[in-house]
Amino acid sequence: MIVELGHFCVVIACLLACLQVVLPSIGLKQNNAQLMASASSLAYGVFVFTLLGFLALIHAFVTDDFSVEYVANHSNTRLPLQFKVSALWSAHEGSFLLWTLVMSIWTMMVARFSAPLTTDMRARVLICLAALGVGFYLFLLLTSNPFERALPFYPAEGADLNPLLQDFGLIVHPPLLYMGYVGLSVPFAFAIASLWGNTLDVSWARWSRPWTNLAWAFLTMGITLGSWWAYYELGWGGWWFWDAVENASFVPWLIATALIHSLAATEKRGVFKSWTVLLAIFGFSFSLLGAFLVRSGVLTSVHAFAVDPERGAAILMFLVPVIGGSLLLYSARAWDLRSRVTFKRSGRESFILGNNVLLTVSAAVVLLGTLYPLGFEALTGGDKISIGPPYFNAVFVPLMLALMALMILSHRSRWWATARSLLTASQGVFSAIALVAAVGLSLVMGPIKFWILGVAWLAAMILLNLGYELYRRVRRKSNRISRLLTQPLAVYAMVLGHAGIAVTALGIVTTVMLSEEADLYMAPGDRAQVGAYEVRFYGTNSVQGPNYVADQGRVEVSRAGELITTLFPEKRRYLASQSIMTEADIHVRSLGDIYVALGEPLENGAWAVRVHIKPLVRFIWFGGVLIALGGVISIFDRRYRVPRARASRKTSLAPRLEPANG
Amino acid sequence: MKFGAMKPQRRNRLLLVLGLLAGVGLALTFVLKALNSNINLFYTPVQVIDGEVPIGARVRAGGMVEAGSIRRSEGSLEVAFTVSDLAGAAFEIRYIGILPDLFREGQGVVATGALSQDGVFFAEEILAKHDEKYMPPEVAMALDATKLEALQP
Repeated sequence: MIVELGHFCVVIACLLACLQVVLPSIGLKQNNAQLMASASSLAYGVFVFTLLGFLALIHAFVTDDFSVEYVANHSNTRLPLQFKVSALWSAHEGSFLLWTLVMSIWTMMVARFSAPLTTDMRARVLICLAALGVGFYLFLLLTSNPFERALPFYPAEGADLNPLLQDFGLIVHPPLLYMGYVGLSVPFAFAIASLWGNTLDVSWARWSRPWTNLAWAFLTMGITLGSWWAYYELGWGGWWFWDAVENASFVPWLIATALIHSLAATEKRGVFKSWTVLLAIFGFSFSLLGAFLVRSGVLTSVHAFAVDPERGAAILMFLVPVIGGSLLLYSARAWDLRSRVTFKRSGRESFILGNNVLLTVSAAVVLLGTLYPLGFEALTGGDKISIGPPYFNAVFVPLMLALMALMILSHRSRWWATARSLLTASQGVFSAIALVAAVGLSLVMGPIKFWILGVAWLAAMILLNLGYELYRRVRRKSNRISRLLTQPLAVYAMVLGHAGIAVTALGIVTTVMLSEEADLYMAPGDRAQVGAYEVRFYGTNSVQGPNYVADQGRVEVSRAGELITTLFPEKRRYLASQSIMTEADIHVRSLGDIYVALGEPLENGAWAVRVHIKPLVRFIWFGGVLIALGGVISIFDRRYRVPRARASRKTSLAPRLEPANG
Repeated sequence: MKFGAMKPQRRNRLLLVLGLLAGVGLALTFVLKALNSNINLFYTPVQVIDGEVPIGARVRAGGMVEAGSIRRSEGSLEVAFTVSDLAGAAFEIRYIGILPDLFREGQGVVATGALSQDGVFFAEEILAKHDEKYMPPEVAMALDATKLEALQP
């Protein structure tokens, strides 16, 4: 009964979302403020009913109601409680319900925090969000209903959750990722609403910024967690595979990163307006495209998401009008958007332009590599190909190195123009310090490698220039320390974000260059040397978990005769599904991980044992966390809290400077 | 209008556009080159035994792991098994390393590697399906193709 009520609640949410499109639209036409304002209250209604539907399905999972097909397919009575809850979003139908819930949360948040907007603008933004919502609800209800019953013959026991997903990662990764994916609909809606109302002024950019930053921070966190999860859970020791599904989240991230920078330029200086709108449209379009790629099964991926061409077609039917319509609206209105603001080559605008070029090109080449197999198959009449990671590395790495080089100087830049002396001050000293730091790091980590030296130098230069910028801000003040602590949050956000990039880059290059990886045949008592470490295998014991049995190996790792750690990797057999899963054991140290996983049992108690030494691998995710933290902090900046009653007048006051000659 | 007679502003703009075009062209060349050298074609068992696979090139091939065909060598991680399309065409894959958890007899696998002169496929990487219900599209294609061929005499 509760399940039917839940289903009914989602239907009501869909109807309310329809109303949220229709009523304020009539209001706009008749200039009826009351009807326009209804959009906000309806947003709350949509959220409440979606939440009720969501809770109903959670109830079905927790109470093991296997008459619901989706529950029967993805849960089991022996599943621990936290995984019963997270099993809800472990497959297509339920995860799409989560998607709609996240959509309703964002819409409600926009309704809650947009009171200072004009009534028109607010109504338009909420109409756009609600229209997207209607599409998602229809898709959920018509093609992917998680509330469907399997009556009258339903199983007494559930098929169980895929063991790979019985993990903390599943609890946090999809919700965060969806907050990011769906959150990009907010800057999209702001852009469309502004095009629609022809009110694309500077206040639009100012309004979009905190939303974009927040969505981007969620996306960053979601991708970072996904990488960490893959690393410790899949048992391969890899942290990024250039897999189609990973790329599907990475392309929107690259575009969103470009967007948060170009929004800054548009807000502060009124430049790149139409480009920024285009990025806002593409950011969300690519997150929809990602959803299509992931769920339609058109691409081969290590992620097995409900593969159903029919659903793919349905998403495509949604995708085409959304992207096509937006671009049509854009092309009709973009002509009016030409800004007359100029800037010099040395201005911060130029650096942001460079950032945008590099990021969009990166997004384009990643997208090309991801979609190429599809195009190839279509053109050759069915030949299946895959594009290997070497392609992505070859095209992506140089672009990122260029981006890091650009980032070094960007911290010195000022809007409109930057004095040459400011760009170059102390750079010689900094280069020397960075070189010493890079060589020092290389020596600590092992053999000197050119790539580590180069990237470490770039990272050190970024950090030094960030430090210099902070120092410059307080240099002339008497109370430097307290000044340093009271800088605008936006400054800290930028520092954290950029420092995060440096940290992640350092982690990536060191892990890639210096990892030691060995697949070993080991009988009990065998020893082997992996890099600087000696590994000794002591055989396996049987152990029992709540819903699995496992062979647990004992592996001692020592260095120069000194025991560092004893690891207990497991090979688990989950009882309900009888599926086998590798549970790696990882020893975490400041300079890197020691990663041990069991392969398969061989004759006479011997096992295949996988041993990885991964220097600085944690830096990759630590940097990601710093970046996301930067995004979150930025939205609490004072500037976004002051009442913006006069914001709309700002356009006429937009600075007009003399044309540049360069 | 002659190039020299242009206003400096226009000339600058023209140079900028030309520069951008050249840059884009160069970048595109590099990207396409990288793309072309990293394409891994997929081959079905029939194509492998018919000699369609270029010897030594990095390709992908796959099918179902034949029952009873898995042989391990003692004291190392070397393993050999036969992959078929369930319709008679089969070839041998050799691999040194750890096989994925879901690798077993009667399951679909996709191997990346190269075919040797004597018809043995040396794999660098083996992908098995990672979910009970999931079949790699390539394997599905390999099987469908044979069914189609079986229908046409």
